[in-house]
Order: sequence, then structure tokens, then C-alpha cells
Amino acid sequence: MSRRSRIKFQLRLPQLILAIALIILGLVFILILRNNPLVIANKNLTSIALLVSGLIFYAGVLVIVSMFESETILSISLLLPSIVAIAIFVYGFIGWSIRVSLSKWKGLNPDFTWFGLRQYYDLFHNDPRFVIDVRNTVMFTVGFILGCLILGLGIAILLDQKIKGEAIFRSIFLVPMSISFIATGVIWGWLMNPAVGNRITGINLIFQSLGLKSLISLWHSTPMPWGMAFTIIPAVWQVAGYTMALYLGGIRAISDDLREAARVDGASEFEIYRYVILPILQPVTLSAVIILAHMSLKIFDLIVALGNKAISLDVPGIYMWVTTFDGTNYAQGAAIGILMLVSVAILVVPYLVQSMRSETQL
Amino acid sequence: MLSKKLGLKVFSLMLAVMLVISACGTAAKTTVATKSTEVEVFSWWVGPGEADGLAAMVKVFNQQYPDIKFINAAVTGGAGTNAKAVLATRLAANDAPDSWQAHAGQETIANYLSAGQIKPLDDLFKSTGFDKVLPATLLPLISKDGHPYSVPVNIHRSNVLWYNPKVLAAAGVTANPKTDFKTLDDFFAACDKVKAAGKICLSLGAPWTAIHLFENIMIGTIGADKWNGMWTTPPTTDWAGADVAAGIANFAKALSFTNADASTMSDWQPASKLMVDGDAAFNIMGDWAYGYFANAAPNGLALKPHTDFDWAVSPGTYGVFNFLSDSFVLPVGAKHPDATEAWLTVAASKAGQEAFNPLKGSICARTDCDQSLFSEYSQDAAKDWTSNVVVGSLMHGVVAAPAWATSIGTAIGLFQTDTSKTADFQAALVAACAKDGTCK
Repeated sequence: MSRRSRIKFQLRLPQLILAIALIILGLVFILILRNNPLVIANKNLTSIALLVSGLIFYAGVLVIVSMFESETILSISLLLPSIVAIAIFVYGFIGWSIRVSLSKWKGLNPDFTWFGLRQYYDLFHNDPRFVIDVRNTVMFTVGFILGCLILGLGIAILLDQKIKGEAIFRSIFLVPMSISFIATGVIWGWLMNPAVGNRITGINLIFQSLGLKSLISLWHSTPMPWGMAFTIIPAVWQVAGYTMALYLGGIRAISDDLREAARVDGASEFEIYRYVILPILQPVTLSAVIILAHMSLKIFDLIVALGNKAISLDVPGIYMWVTTFDGTNYAQGAAIGILMLVSVAILVVPYLVQSMRSETQL
Repeated sequence: MLSKKLGLKVFSLMLAVMLVISACGTAAKTTVATKSTEVEVFSWWVGPGEADGLAAMVKVFNQQYPDIKFINAAVTGGAGTNAKAVLATRLAANDAPDSWQAHAGQETIANYLSAGQIKPLDDLFKSTGFDKVLPATLLPLISKDGHPYSVPVNIHRSNVLWYNPKVLAAAGVTANPKTDFKTLDDFFAACDKVKAAGKICLSLGAPWTAIHLFENIMIGTIGADKWNGMWTTPPTTDWAGADVAAGIANFAKALSFTNADASTMSDWQPASKLMVDGDAAFNIMGDWAYGYFANAAPNGLALKPHTDFDWAVSPGTYGVFNFLSDSFVLPVGAKHPDATEAWLTVAASKAGQEAFNPLKGSICARTDCDQSLFSEYSQDAAKDWTSNVVVGSLMHGVVAAPAWATSIGTAIGLFQTDTSKTADFQAALVAACAKDGTCK
């Protein structure tokens, strides 16, 4: 047993020479590039060249590692660059953002003067804009999730009725998912144009021509707080197809025997869905909620395209952008960013923990 | 004897040389001595008009300094938002360009001087005679503690009232916007008539245009001196006082005459188009709107001045020029300081500004440019530039540091959601000033 677990090392000369050659080559390139930027056709490619040199260097290291004949060591070595990169560029910068959010940094030069939780306190106590942001986000998230779930499930159930041309309908409902939120926002901004009189256009024009004047709406320019509710329409339009796909996959995975058994027991079609299908779909609903919620808590592009940074349609993402990059108020921007991260984490982390537990149980 | 003669000759020669040198010294210097072989200039001039203007100014630079290679480090992206982020990164990495574009005034001073990135330009202003050809009221606005920090290349005007003469005639407005809107009330009286005729009185666009409107209504209400007093340290105009309150009341009233769908507009153009389309009578927008109205398609609407549209200064601001300007700075750690100075000398020069501005659609910062090169509107504006009281724009970075301007923008945005909350709005403005540290 002890002999087995000991790591074998077999020195092979050709490999060693290759490894040393790669390591030296990589190091030489890095040293050259340190003082001589690589410019090809007026493009500064130094950073890419440095990356390639680093890879050459690390390939040499890997060749040496491969001589250990241990899969564990090899897999760790292969993963190490990604682990280091993620540790620095994701978690390192989260930590750095937290530090910035506890500082007084305003202006171009970093200022790490300790300010405690004052930025957070100010956001919640002295900042009417952030209060609007929170309210808008809650309204948007609730409406967006409910809309997507109900519409997605509805379409999925309809598509499940073994209709002709199901594939075509499925594609039609899924296509909006491939459009960027910016494009959706711009197009729905035109459709939901609130202009009246001779400038009437978009959906309002359709209502007018149909004689449905009572339906003519100010849409997302409705006075606060209800304007935000209208931004849910394009969001649901875009993402409901995705929820549909999730649900349809879930429904298709349910064995027909269960339905048959329910029918034999005298259940109506409605009762089959209510008491058989829906409970089985619960895990699908949970993952759909997680995915939808993390989209809506971070929403930025759709709202910017629709509201052009109007305060009545403000969300934390927009406020973070404006205060950081227009106002050079980096500490406040970092605080808003961290609050967004926390709000998503509250949803995602328990889900991840739960799914990891159930995986280990399996 | 011979040596004495020679000595005399040498002496007279020296005298002559000295005279020539001193003559050069008294006349404005046109070029500077340089050794560097390149100058990297950072800007966000990439759109139609402005990119052409930059190219024309670079041509002048190349003629005067054939040995210096001009490297154009322009970055695309609306109103410089992307460019400023790129520049901030480069400055943080100690990779400053030799000179960069910045809005003249507090935006430059708060961003770059406070960060210790730029040097004063007193010498360059004096040696080139630039300070003599600028309006006297401009210098304090681009200076800190008496030292100028950037070379303004172009001047735009914020307080322009664009109007549709046909709509005014149809609504029975007899007042002439060019002379009769001495107070905001005169303007509101005209607005009542326009509104009664079923038209929008004052068209408004994307949320930032409300900040643009706010500054011009405020100046129109309290006048140039009190407006300037709002931005001194400490402010001589009380932010919590009656003057600002009067401005806020007028701003609320002006907003009541605007189109309800303003916030859904993507930028200023849709609002300006409402006016020229005859749906609205007035539009308060900077003078870049002139190019949009008058230029040929595809960059403009090819409209006729005076018949399809006309202009005056915004109500209550006769004799006041609310300016904004793009300018260039002298970095502390410039890699090629002599080449930077050469570039700034060209940017300040008559030839450079005459090359740039007609294409950009702005006017020269200098008061001595050849006016025959410019459009009718620009000639009109240039006359005011020489004679008016110059004040600085809030929206466009002249009077307030970015952090302060952003808090004011937020306060204005909040106010727009409920224009009855004038007291809350004024309290928010007072708080913004205190947070900036300008007010006690």
C-alpha cells in the first residue's frame, strides 16, 4: 500500500531536454518583451506575446510534471493556471472591490482612507436614488420571474399537446433569447412609444386604429413607480422562451406511465398537471428562478436602452455606472457593486450548496 | 587697431542679434524649438466633423513641425465616456499620452490637477500671446488659483434657444425671441399661447438634456454673477437661498411645458427634431444642434436657417455666453514635453483653431479668427463670444467637479419624477454642494 501511494518519478532524457528548452525559450521571450514592446502593423501585441511566452514556459513545467507518472499531480498542474487566474481576477478583485467600498476614494487617484461601512450606510439612509433602485429592482425581479415562469410553463404545456409543427413553434419562442438586451430595449422602446396626438406610433397606434383608445398607455414613462412595471414586458418577451425550453425538457422527461396511472385513477387532464406534472417539475422551477433572478438583479442593458438613465427607471447597475465612471466616485460605485453581488449570492449560494450536497449523496 | 575694429564688429553683431532676439521675444512666438520626434495626442474626436477638424489641425501641425510625427490616439464612444475610462487606465499605469482632450474647467481641474497629472500653462499662454486673445471672463473659468490648466481649442454655447418661426406665427406669438424674452415670465407667456394652440412649447429629450435645461433656466433667472457665485469656494450665492429657489420654481414651470415622453428619447436629437418638425415651438440645446439642422444628409436635416428654424439665446440670458470647451492639457510626466508644447502651441494658434473649428461646427476660443470661414450661426456666436459675459456650463464640465455634477444630475432626475417637491430638490442641491466640500 505504501509503495503504491509513493509517487514514481522516471527521468527521461529527451523529455527533460524538451522541458528545459521550453522553459528557457519562454523565459527569454518574457525577458525580451519586458523592454521591447512587440508592435506589428501599428498594433501593440506585447500582452498577447507575453501570454504565449508564459504558456511556452508552463508547457516546459508540465513536461517535467508528466515524468512523475501521477494523474493527481498532472491534473492539479493542468488546472493550476486557471485556478490562479480565477483566484486573482475573480476573487481577488471581489476582495479589492470590498476594500474600495470601505474607503473614501473619489477622483482619479486611489484613496484608501478607511471609511468603514459609511458608503453602505449612506446608500440606504441618505440616498433617495438608491431607495428607488431597490424598489425598482424588487418590482422588476418579482414581475420578471413570475411572468417568465407562468408564460414559459403555459407555452411548454401547450407545446406538449403533440401539436403539428412543434419544432417551428419551439424555435419561434426561443429566438428572442438570442437577441441582446440592448436591441430588445431599443426595439421595444419604439413599440412602447408613449407619444400622443399626431405623433402617435407603435403599439399605441395599433390601439388607436382598433378603436381601443382606453388602452393607449404611457408605457414605461408612466409616473413613478409604475413605469418600471412596463420594462418587465420586453424582458419577459425575451426570456420566457428560455423558461419554456427548461419546462418542456422537464415535462418530456416525465414518464408516460405516471400520466397513465393518474388517468386510470380517474384524474382529469388539469389534475394530472396540478398534482403529477407540476410537483415533479419543482427542481426545474427552482433552477429557472435562480437563473432568472440573477439576470434581473444585475439588469443594466435593457433598462439603459429603454430609460436612457432616467431616475424613474433607475436600477443599481445604472447607478453604479454613473457614479463610478461619470462621477469618479469609485468608493460608492464599489459599494453598489458589492451590494449587487450580495443580493445575487443570497440566492445562488444556498442553491449551489444544496445541489452540491445532493450530488455527494448520489 | 585691427583687433579693436574686430571687437567693434563683434560687438555690433552681438547687438544686432540681441535686438533680433528681443524683437522675437516681444512678438508672439509662433513655434517652439523641439528635439522630440513624436507626439501622442489622445482625444475622442472620431465622429463626422470632429475627426475632419482634428485632421485639419494636424495638417497645420505637420507644416509647422515637419520633424515631429503626430500619433492620433483617439478612442471611439459617445461624448468621451469610453475615452475617459481608457485614459484613466493609462494614467494609472503611468502611460500618459503626451497630451489629451478634456472638457475645459472643473472637469479638467478636479480630475487631473487634483490627481497631480497636469501642469499650469501660464508660460505658454504668455509666450504665445494666447491670454490676450481670450475673453477676459473666460480665464478664471479654466484656471485654478490664477493658473490656466488647459488650452481651449473650440467653444460651444449651451444657452441657445432654437425655435420654429412657423409654429410661433401659427400660435399667434408676437414676441420676438431674439429681443423680447428678457425674463423667464416673458417666455412662459409665449408658452401659454403655444400650449393653447395645441403644440408642445419646449421640447425636451433624454434625461441629461434636463440638466442642460436646468443650467440655462437658472442663469436666465438669477443672472451671470449669481450663477458664477454658486460655484465659488465658498459659494457667494446661497444654495439654500431665495435666488436658487426662484430658479427652481422657473425650472419646474419650464418642465411643465415640456413633452411627457422626454425620458423615452434616446438623446437630444429627437427633441430638437420635434421643434423643426413643427410639433414643438422651442428647444433649448447647445449650438451643436445647428449642424444637425443645417448640414446636408446623412449627418443633418438640410433645413434653411430663419425659415425652418431660427435661434436666440435662452430666455433671460441676453449678453451672457454659457460656454463649454474641449481643451488640451500639459501632463506632468509627458514623455516628449517639447513636442507637447509644440502641439499646444498649434492648438492655441490662429491657424490651428481656424483649421479645426469650421469643420467641427464650433467657434474659435480666440477672438481674432477669420469669421468668413464660419457658418452664419457661428459668426453670430463669435460676436457674442467677444462681447458677452462668459459663464461656464454645469452639464458640460466647466463649473463643477464630476462627482458634484453627478449628484446634481441625480437631484434633477429625482425632481423630474415629481416637480411639486421643490423644497426637497433645493435641499438635495444644498446636500450635493456640502458633499463636494465646496459648501460648509
